[in-house]
Amino acid sequence: MKISREEVLYVANLARLTIDDDDVETFAEQLGSILEYVENLNRVDTSEVLPTAHAIETANAFRKDETTRHLDRNDAIANAPKAEDGHFIVPKVIE
Amino acid sequence: MEAHALTIHEAAILIKKKEISAVELTDAILERIDDVEPLVDAYITVTKEAAKKRAIAADKMIAQGNAGFLAGIPLSIKDLICTKGIRTTCASRMLESFYPPYNATVMDKLNAAGAVMVGKVNMDEFAMGSSTENSGIKPTKNPWDLSRVPGGSSGGSAASVAAEMCLGSLGSDTGGSIRQPASHCGVVGIKPTYGRVSRFGLVAFASSLDQIGPLAKDVTDAAILLNIIAGYDPRDSTSVDQPVPDYVKALTDDIKGLTIGIPKEYHTSTGISESVGTAIDNAMSVFKNAGADFVEITLPHTDYAVAAYYLIAPAEASSNLARYDGVKYGFRSRESQGLLDMYKNTRSLGFGAEVQRRIILGTYALSAGYYDAYYKKASQVRTLIKQDFKNAFDACDVILAPVAPTPAFKIGENIDDPLRMYLSDIFTISANLAGIPGLSVPCGFSAEGLPIGLQLMGNYFDEASILNAAYFFERQTDFHQKKAHLSKALNK
Repeated sequence: MKISREEVLYVANLARLTIDDDDVETFAEQLGSILEYVENLNRVDTSEVLPTAHAIETANAFRKDETTRHLDRNDAIANAPKAEDGHFIVPKVIE
Repeated sequence: MEAHALTIHEAAILIKKKEISAVELTDAILERIDDVEPLVDAYITVTKEAAKKRAIAADKMIAQGNAGFLAGIPLSIKDLICTKGIRTTCASRMLESFYPPYNATVMDKLNAAGAVMVGKVNMDEFAMGSSTENSGIKPTKNPWDLSRVPGGSSGGSAASVAAEMCLGSLGSDTGGSIRQPASHCGVVGIKPTYGRVSRFGLVAFASSLDQIGPLAKDVTDAAILLNIIAGYDPRDSTSVDQPVPDYVKALTDDIKGLTIGIPKEYHTSTGISESVGTAIDNAMSVFKNAGADFVEITLPHTDYAVAAYYLIAPAEASSNLARYDGVKYGFRSRESQGLLDMYKNTRSLGFGAEVQRRIILGTYALSAGYYDAYYKKASQVRTLIKQDFKNAFDACDVILAPVAPTPAFKIGENIDDPLRMYLSDIFTISANLAGIPGLSVPCGFSAEGLPIGLQLMGNYFDEASILNAAYFFERQTDFHQKKAHLSKALNK
């Protein structure tokens, strides 16, 4: 299965990745061969089969609606690349 | 015997009898790391000072008679398990300077038991890989042959145990990442049932498949570690609230009445090397001679497991790894024009090639127009794989299989062919898709002297049966007692 340069670039943009021009071909080729391999799945009839999202049957996990101690604000932002006065700082969004 | 050569159960007795102190044992391991680590490169961070402090505290608790079961036992931890205040990198540039503000639940449990963490060990970046070559920090070498990979993604865990740079380790297994490196490094590794061990504080790769588990020098040590880390955790809503048996007590060495299933699909599979085939056949004879019953079983959807996995795991990864945006924690690219540009530069520079490949593959599989054909299809096939195992366990107690089709390969041998690398996960991936437990126990050596592991898979929450079967096997054989020949490399 062929996957085009444009498709790679389109999906990369969705995933917020920039692929170097030199690498687009390699990615396209590798993804193409992986996708060709997964085409094998089409040999399985799944028309009557429900999808599995989790290996173990899980039910909704409820807890009491009570406030509990959580991470301290300063601890929570301690790893931020840029923070000020208890806030995350990001590059300008609106000019 | 030198202290670094001890197992956990041996060391625990010596510590209890006060024949060795926690400080002495920790110092012996730290010395061993000084000697051997330059050859093996298993550690990303050695936490020398913190370990010494913990060892002193352990000795105090021992003196006061209120020490936990792992008091003074030096362990390594895969570098995707959050350790409060101690760098947790996931072997990625993205998290190169990430210091978690909290502990994973498994760390809280190990600490409460008195364990001494000596360091954080290497892995494939974000656990994506089967060789530890995808580490963004450095490749780790196999202690049995330094020109070969230790397996992956928990390659640092397996190598640090095999090279006796710790007494045991915690790794994680999403598609074989505990069992395959355990097999390649000649140690014991168990992936518990999905939900048996809390994933709170485990950096997520594929949340419906990830599970934390121990790597150890023998089955008893693996059972000891599993005893400590298993159990329900309200902080992980997918952990399961079921009673945890005592896995050490389950090691009875008695396999009378045990029925072992042999999947016909695995044993006719092409690509199994001669040495692996022979080792597995010999292992079967050991069980046969002891009177275990064998039954042929069928797992008809085995051929589709790798394909289903390499859609489901990247799809979940693409979603999980969306959080690395250069805002809340981790790396941020400095040269950016505006927010979108910052996201893209950060992610492109912060993630390595394999991680980017899987994010793109996963995004593709989830994108509009492809979702039904890829992700949904794979999830349906997953249902069939699960059903295969349910049917199989109606007929047998444990399933016997290889772990990997070949012993450890050479560093660099498969790195340019991702699909070929993925296909080597054929025997381990199904257990993750189904959610059942599986382990690797040493069962032989190739002609070149490389270790080979035997895989035993069990029914849901029946870790006890596979551990006991592995324990029986271990008692009949001496493969687990053989050690990597690092002394030659050390010229000692």
